[in-house]
Parts: sequence; C-alpha cells; structure tokens
Amino acid sequence: MGVTLTKAAQWTSSGTGKLELTPMNESLLKEVLRSVEQLFSRHPQESEHVFEEPLQWSTTLVASDFKTDYDISEFNVQSNEKDSEGQPLLRLSPPTVYVRSFSQLSKLLHLAADKKLEEARTCLEENRDALVKILGPRFADILEREDTQTDPVDEDTSEDSEVKVKLFRLLQNMDQQLLSKLLEEISEHVRLDPAAANSDVESLKQFCRGGDGRLLKSVRYTSDYEFSNGCRAPPWRQVHGEICYLITEPCDTEDLHITCSTGGVYLNAGIKQEGAESGYERTSDTYTDLPTLLKSRSPYFAEHINKQMPKKDSTSKTQSKSVQMEDQGQPQRSQAGKKKYEPSPRWSNQGLVPPCGKVEENNPGREKSGKKKQATGAKGKLKAEFSLSSLPGRMTPQKSKTLAGAMELSSDSSTEDEDEEELSERRLQIQIEQSPDYWLIYKLVKFLKRGDQTATVLCLCAMLDLNLMQEGCQLDIWDIGGVEVLLNLLDSDEVKCQIGSLKVLRKISHSMLICQTILDMDGLQSIVKILDRPYKDLKALAAETIANVARFRKARTTVRRCGGIEKLVKLLDCLPTLANMSPNQEKDVEVAHCGVLALWSCSKCNRNKEAIRVAGGIPLLGRLLRSPDVNMLIPVVGTLQECASEECYRIAIKNEDMIKDLVQNLSSDNNELQMHCASAIFKCAEDKETSDLVRKYNGLEPLVLLLGKAEDKKLLAAATGAIWKCSICMKNVAKFQEHKALESLISLLTDQPIDVLINVVGAIGEFAKVAANRGIIRKCKGINPLINLLTETNQALLVNVTKTVGACAIDRDNMAVISQLDGVRFVWSLLKNSSTEVQSSAAWALCPCIENAKDAGEIVRSLVGGLELIVNLLKSTNIEVLASICAAISKIAKNKENLAVLTDHEVVPLLAKLTNTTDERLCLHLAEAIGHCCMWEGNKASFGEAGVVAPLVDYLKSNNSAVHYHTTMALYQLSKDPNNCITMNEKGVVKPLILIMGSDDEKLQEAAAGCVRNIRLQALAGKIPPPKKISIGTAKRCGKGL
Amino acid sequence: MSQMTAMKRKSIHTLAETLSKQVQHFSKAEVEGLIGLYHELLGGSAAQGRAVTGLDRSRFRTLLYNMFGMTDDMIMDGVFRTFDKDNDSFVNEKEWVEGLSVFLRGTLDERIKYCFNVYDLNNDSYISREEMFQMLKESLIRQPSEEDPDEGVKELVEMTLKKMDYDHDGRLSFDDFKKAVKEENLLLEAFGTCLPDTTNIEKFEQQVFQKQVKP
Repeated sequence: MGVTLTKAAQWTSSGTGKLELTPMNESLLKEVLRSVEQLFSRHPQESEHVFEEPLQWSTTLVASDFKTDYDISEFNVQSNEKDSEGQPLLRLSPPTVYVRSFSQLSKLLHLAADKKLEEARTCLEENRDALVKILGPRFADILEREDTQTDPVDEDTSEDSEVKVKLFRLLQNMDQQLLSKLLEEISEHVRLDPAAANSDVESLKQFCRGGDGRLLKSVRYTSDYEFSNGCRAPPWRQVHGEICYLITEPCDTEDLHITCSTGGVYLNAGIKQEGAESGYERTSDTYTDLPTLLKSRSPYFAEHINKQMPKKDSTSKTQSKSVQMEDQGQPQRSQAGKKKYEPSPRWSNQGLVPPCGKVEENNPGREKSGKKKQATGAKGKLKAEFSLSSLPGRMTPQKSKTLAGAMELSSDSSTEDEDEEELSERRLQIQIEQSPDYWLIYKLVKFLKRGDQTATVLCLCAMLDLNLMQEGCQLDIWDIGGVEVLLNLLDSDEVKCQIGSLKVLRKISHSMLICQTILDMDGLQSIVKILDRPYKDLKALAAETIANVARFRKARTTVRRCGGIEKLVKLLDCLPTLANMSPNQEKDVEVAHCGVLALWSCSKCNRNKEAIRVAGGIPLLGRLLRSPDVNMLIPVVGTLQECASEECYRIAIKNEDMIKDLVQNLSSDNNELQMHCASAIFKCAEDKETSDLVRKYNGLEPLVLLLGKAEDKKLLAAATGAIWKCSICMKNVAKFQEHKALESLISLLTDQPIDVLINVVGAIGEFAKVAANRGIIRKCKGINPLINLLTETNQALLVNVTKTVGACAIDRDNMAVISQLDGVRFVWSLLKNSSTEVQSSAAWALCPCIENAKDAGEIVRSLVGGLELIVNLLKSTNIEVLASICAAISKIAKNKENLAVLTDHEVVPLLAKLTNTTDERLCLHLAEAIGHCCMWEGNKASFGEAGVVAPLVDYLKSNNSAVHYHTTMALYQLSKDPNNCITMNEKGVVKPLILIMGSDDEKLQEAAAGCVRNIRLQALAGKIPPPKKISIGTAKRCGKGL
Repeated sequence: MSQMTAMKRKSIHTLAETLSKQVQHFSKAEVEGLIGLYHELLGGSAAQGRAVTGLDRSRFRTLLYNMFGMTDDMIMDGVFRTFDKDNDSFVNEKEWVEGLSVFLRGTLDERIKYCFNVYDLNNDSYISREEMFQMLKESLIRQPSEEDPDEGVKELVEMTLKKMDYDHDGRLSFDDFKKAVKEENLLLEAFGTCLPDTTNIEKFEQQVFQKQVKP
C-alpha cells in the first residue's frame, strides 16, 4: 500500500494533498477498500492488531449511523472493543473519527455503505503517513523502501511484533496486488509511438559514446528511411503496429535485433534488410521499453546503467507505469509534499535529461542539436527541475510553421531556467562562439513570439540596434529560431511588423546559412508576396531581401517559380532622369533600385534571364541605364552584362542604343560601374555592328585608359576583354593603336590573374593580324612572355596563346625568336592536350611556324614522336582538329625527309579516309595535304588505290576558290599516276579544269593544264577512250591566251 | 427650417474660411467637409436642445473606433487629450480641424509631436517608465509559467528606454523621442497605434470630403 499510495496515486498539485478525482484514483481506492475488507475476513488475528497511532480524519458519519457494539452518547461514539489498556479502538467525536485497528476500520467502512469511497479518500488524504501510524516508523520505513530482503523479524522478537510482522507481510502483499492490478489497467493504455521510440533510440545512442566506459557498442536502425508518420518499418509491417527495427550491439553479448512496436519492444529473428519475411518474427517477451529489454539481455548494461543512476531503486515496473500515466497527459504528483515534478523515471533511471529539444529535429539544419541532446548524461541533478507535462508535447514531432505553432511551443510549460540550460547546451553542440548579445537576442525572439504589434515593433527596433551584419549575431538569431519568427511576421498583415521584420532579414540574409533557412522555410514565397503590397517601403525592403537571398541557384529558381521575376520587373517602372523629383517619385526610384538589385541576383540563371525579358524588363533596364546615379547604374549594368550572355539581350543592347550609355559610363569614377560596363561590352562586342558602335561613341580610348588601373583585377579583366573583342574589327585596332594599346597590353603579359591573361593574349592575337603590330610585339619583348605562357594549363588561355604565337610567327624575325625559345616544341606538345580546341589551335599555330622557321625540317625531326603524334590526330572526330592537322601536315610534307616519315606512319590511308567529308574547310586543307603528300614517290598510286580521286574531283563543284586551288594542285600531282588519270577522266574532271584554267592565278592555270595534259597523254597512249571534243590544243590555247 | 440650415451653412462657410487659413493640410472645401462631419457627430445632442460645447470624450472615442478601428482605451484617451488642446474635455471645431490635419496628413515632425503627446499620459512633457509600462502592459501574451507576469513587460520597457533615452535620465523627453523616431521611423508609434493607416485615411477622406461636395 505504501508504494502504491505514494507513487501511483495521483495527488493534486495544489499542495493541500487531495486525491484527484481521476478514474485511476477511483479504481485505486476501490482496490484499497477491497483489500481492507479482505484482510478483516481472512486474517482476523492480524486485523485485531492495534495501530501505533490512530488513523484520524473528519468523517461524514454521525453517531446515528453506528449500531450495536458501539457505545453511543449523543454525538460521541466509542467502540465496545478496547485495547489492552482499555482505550476504545474506535472513537467518534464529530467530525473527527479515530480508528485503531483494521477490524474497526473495516466495520466502519461497512457502516459507511455507499459513502465508503468518500471515507477512504478522506482517510488517505488526511493520513498521508498511514503506514507509520499503523506499524510504527521502523516498519513503515522498510515497507516504503520495499526492501523485501531484510527481514525485520530478527530484530524484534516480542509477541506483539510477531503479529506486526505478519501484518506487515500482509500489507506488503496487498501493496503488490494493488500495483499489479493497476499495472494491468494501465498496460491497456501502453502504446509506444514513433516519437517515443525515436527518443529512446537517441538516448541509447548516447550510451554508445564514451570509449571504454560505454554501455553499448552501437545502436542503429535497419533502415535510414523514415516515413512521414515517423515510422521506419515498411508499411506492411506498420499494419502490425511495428515502428522500427534496431540492431543493438551490447558490450557483452551478441547483436540484438529489436523490433519497436506500439505494443512494446521485443527481439526479432533478425531483420537485416527489408524483404525476408521470416525476420520479423517475435523471439522474446515483450518489454515496455528499450532499456528494460536491454537490461534483461545484457547483464553488463543492467549493471552499469544502475551504477550511473543509483538514486532510484524502485522496481522498473512501477516506473514504467508512472511514465505511462504521464503519457496519458494527466498531471501527477510524484511525491507528496514536494512541489516540483519529477522527471520521467524512465529517463532519470538512465541519468538522462528529457529530450526537450526534440521538436527542433524537424527544423532543417538542426539535426545536430537534436542528436547531441543527451550529451549531458552527467547532469542528473538537473532533471529534478524538469517539467514532465511538457514531455509528451515536446516529443511529438511538429512543424511549427505558423505563428500560433511557434507560440504554442514557447508557452510549453517549461520554466525559464531549463530553457536557458537547454539553449546553452545546444550552443555547445554547434560550437559557435556566443556573441555578447546572445541573451538579449534570446529575449527579443521570445518577446516576438508573444508580443502584439506594438511589442513586436519595439523588439524589432531593438534588434536593428544589434550588429546584424556580424556573423555571430546572425548565427545567434538563427540558433534561437529567430528566422522562423521573422518569416511568420511577414505573413501577418501588419505593415509595421513586416517592415521591421524585413529590415532585420535584409541584414541577416548576408549569411548563407540564413538564406538557406529562409529558402527551406518557404520564406521566399512570403517575401515575393509582399511585392504586391501597396506600400513602397515594404516593396523596396522585400526586393532588397530577395537580392540577398537569391545568391544561390535554388533560391533563384524559387523566386521565378513563385512569380517573383515578373513582380520585380514591375518595380523598375520609374522615371530616373527627372531633374526635380517629388518625394513620391524619389521613392519610386528607390524601389526600382532595390528591384534591380534583386533582378541582378536572379539574373545569374539563364531561365531567369529569359523571364526578365518576357516580363518586359529590357526596355525598363534601358531606361534606368540613363539614371545619373551610380548606385542605380551598378546593378542595372550588372544585370545587363550578366544577361548579355544571351543573344537576345545582345541584340537588344545594340538596338536600344544602350552601347552609348555603357560607353559613357566607362568614364565613370566608380571602378565597379566601369567594370560592369566593360564587361557588358566584352560580351557584346563580338558582334561587328556593336563594336563599330563602341568606336562611334568613342569608347575605345576609355577602354585603353582602363588598362592603367592594373590594381583592380576584375576591372582589368573586363577592360582587356572588351579590348580583345573590339579588336576583332581592324578599324578598331587602328584606333586602338593611336592610343598605344598594344604596348600596354604587352606589359600585362606577366603577373596577372588567368582571366586577365586570357583576354590580353586574345587581344594581342587580334592585333598581331596587322603586320606592323607583329614587329611591335617583338620590339616590346612580348614574345618571350608569350612562349612562357605556353606551359600554362588553362585551356582557354592556351587556345589564345597558341593563336597569338601563330599570328606572331608569320613575321620571320619573330619566328627566329620563337625558334630560339624552343617555341615550336611547346606548341607541338600542346597537340597532346585533352581539349580539341587547344589541339586545333596548336596545329594552326604550327603552320606559320613551320613555314617561316629557317630550318623547319630539322626542328620537326628533332621532336621525338612528333610526327607520329600528328598523324594519329587524323583519327580525331573533330572537324576543326582534322582541318588544322591537315594544314599542318601539308606544311610538314614540304620537307622530303619528314614526308617520308609521315608516309611511314601511314598518313596516306588516314587522309584518304577523310575525303568523304562535306566540310569545306576540311576539304580545302585535306586537298592541300594530299597534294603535298603526293610528292613522295608511290603515294600518288596509293592515294589512287585508296580512292581519293573521285571525291577530290567532286570538290571542284565547290564555290570556294581556295578549295579549287588546292584541289587542282592535288589533282595535278595525282594525275602523274596513269591509273588516277583514268579515274579522273571517268569522273568528268576535264570540264571543270578547263574552267579553272581561266583563272588569273598562274600557278593554278599551270596545275589545271598540267593535269589535263596528263589525262590527254594517257588518252593518246590509248589507255583512255577518246574524249568527245577536248584536245590538248584547246588546253594549250587556253593556257597561253591568259 | 431651411433658413436655419442656410444660416448654419453660412456660418460653417465663414468658419471654414478662417480655419483653412490657419490649418496647413486642408483646402477650404475640405475644412467645410470636416466641420460638416463635426456637426453631424454633435447632431444627436444638439437636437435635444442642450447647450453644446463640443465633441465629448465618448463620442470622440466612438468615432476613433468606428472610423479608424482603434480599440485601446488608453490610447484613445490619449488621442482625445491631444486633440483637446485647451483641456476643457471637449473638442471644439478648431481643435477638431487642427487635430485631424495632423492625424490624417501630418508631416513626420507633426506626427512625432502628436504621438509624443498621446503617450505622455500625465501631460508632464515626459514619457516615464510607469507610463510606458501602463501602455505596454497588455502587449505580451502571458505565460502561465511565469512567476511575475509583468516581468516581460518590464524588460521590454527597459529595452525601449535603453534604445530611446539618449540623455539617460530614465525617461523620454520630447527630444529623445524625436531623435529616436528620426533614426528609425518604426518607433513613431512605439507605444501603441494612435495614427490611422493608409487605407483608413483613404476611406475616411473619401467618405467625408466627397459627401460634402455633393450637397
């Protein structure tokens, strides 16, 4: 009875010590009554035992209720039964009744009839120490402690005490019966839920840490996948109430495969992976919770877990029972007289702090804190302070997205202290240095959750006074859950709250973590929605915040998906060029400024560029481009240059006359603006008309001037890029040279970042197309750094460097320098580069090198494996590579010895294989290569056998005179082999050749004529059937006539 | 009857002319409209033949509630007090028009002055801790667990003082208030909504001015 009464009965918390009117208590009382009655009937002797002290309480019974056996005098009643000293065993002096034995007690209850429940309740309420009164302090103590091992008999041998001991035993039995009865009743309600199972597992995981001292080796789920209802068991097993499966590795026994189900936990036959149906079978008893199961299976665990928490030693059954009662959500007083709630015994037993932070687990990015929640096993002291009633609510996963939800959380009846304790714990786990304002922020966020509009605005203003740009502060706000609260404010209709919230958000959103959180919490949608509100301040702030958040792809996509681009474009509509603006118009401009900032952030994604265009953003940007304000211009030009990667924008920039404004702003005194302008020109000026416009608006000179700002590398990269693209137009090169651009560029060939180098080298390459400039490059000692750059790895740079080296090599003096620096070898080795662009560009560069080098043949031969490498590149599938290699081969083949090597490497069949191409560029260089390779005896016949003649004849149908030239040359060479002549004749080569003979190029005439002559010779020799009308005479006449 | 209304209209006309010269933000026609509304509001008691000195507190509060959705008693009293410049517990025509001029169309400076007066509950030119506490008392939802339910409000007051009390004398002078608001406009209505929002202003002006133009 002792344990039952103190532990299981649900006392009210008011402090007056009343038993609550709960079904639980009612059944408990009934049980007590039944036991008392039983005691009297079954053990008459023991029930006669006189209590050490009478039980006394105020009764509702009156004298008239008592019948025989009682001495009734007016109001007072005395029992006839007396103790050894003649004192009555029952005495009533209204309203108090004194009872001194179980028999009297039982009789009294009998008299009370229907009121006996009431009587029992009052009796127990007023005799909280009933056992002490019945048995005396010593026995009661033992019973309370439930220490059944210690037998009190050996200490007390008097006869009286023998009865006492018996009574003691009886009471003890009674106690146990009561408990098991209650347990039965409760166990009907026992139901684990996923959240509870989860937290159990989390706490067990805690035990796996701590090296040698750990209680378990490991605990893990069989499946990482968690269904939305929190279960991990596959759906067909969830039907059976199963929640999840665990594999636990205790320190002393083999692995335990455990099933957690709503009915309790038990061992299963070993579920390793989903699928094997047999594994789900139950192989052990069902336990109420994981620790109990583990204790029964792992002696080591049982032993050590008790060591960790020796304070509690009641049976685990009682404990789990009280847990269940709490789970039912009924407030319970654990120990009479104490005001504080006890922790859930299940947890206190393991020395754990209740996982109050569990709710956070659903919070993105907070998993860390959730898992480490129990890191303070040693903090057992704390637990006494924890409120139980908060436990069930906290453990249920809930997404508190709404303001109401947030408030509900915060109003969870946990006290201030524990909240703070918990917070500082979490803090430790994330290992962020607390900023000095941490507690202030904490308080502010708390007020934000609870405050009305006025308080909210005050708190937001106080928050704005913090150093919100500081990372520590941002992380604190994030850590406390401030982002969520701020986002919730956006969904309210209070303009002032929204303004305040956005003012905070726009600052803290400089932190990527916060941006990510805003995105995860669907905050962007709320912010975009605000763009529709009619308040300009609000729109501006929202746009500014979007500008900050949309720094990563997913956020940009989200802005587009919820219609943000369109709304942002609408903000741009203002008149920025007005001289005297009204305050209202000024506001419009400010809104537009924020809008364009947001668009700038968003424009880093191609589909957003398209969305801006579709929403009509280009003309609006064009209008803003005329603004005199640098702050406005920077994002506008920034957006434009970002979008200029798209063809449609480049056309728009040209057609809407934006080049003029861009050029104008090149002379701004703001580096960033200059940079964006130059960058925009860089992206647009590949177009001939655009680069003409740049010249027309005098944009070339400011570009050259920008080369002087060598300290700003971004600006330098943009400026050199613009110069490069503009210098594709020769008129621009001439103009540039008026300002000595080339000299400045050459000085930038060393010690520059890669993107500057790419552009500089590209520009020099364009300049080198003019003969005079090639000399300048040499004189300014530009070749040396260029050759050095050939050893770089950046492919874009290598393409440009090889191109430029090639362009320089056209000048023989330059070539001498290049050879001296072993430039050919460097270029040649780039043929091995993985990029086809670099390969082709290097091959192109080789052509002028070989042509202009003094002892080219020698140089080529000195490159070990070089010729084999180049021949093998004929197997490439890239047309540009093939064309460039063919061109290089034709240059190499001019040297007889090298040609021999090429022939050895089977250049003939490889070239022949390519002849089916229709690509004109390849045709040209292929024909050239074939022509040159024919110079080696035997190759002519091999080519013929490989079937190159017929396709070559077809090349003559091309309109390209260069193709004609090289094809004719090749055919002439091939015609020296009689068999080829026959094929040529069959393909009808003569007619086009005769037309070609009409050319003004003497070499070409001769080749064509020579070819025809060879065919004719074969015909005369009778190997070809006579041609219809053509004779040598005509050919000669044609040839000489020219 | 018609003569009386004609006379009344005439007097309104003249009054409007004088007032519109004194008050900044309203045209003459608008002032006329406002005075019209004023008399309309007084209408009930005038008909009973009692001497009418002006708009009393309860009528004024009804107006604030109906037209501008204000609910906070303390703030509404403050607004009345601010309108009633001569402290005679009535708002007369001049006070009415002048008050509304700030209330509906005031510049930032005017509104700062107005709000300060509303919040200065005892008219001593300072907003004291106690006054703040009074005004913010209901601004936080109580938590059942809190031992002292006013603790949060007290902290809020201290926080606000720390922010706005530039001269560190433990109370807000007008200069403190003005400086704080200039720095952060959100603080204008720091201790409770006492100005109408844009939609309510529009609604009110539409209702009063347009109605008066027609007859």
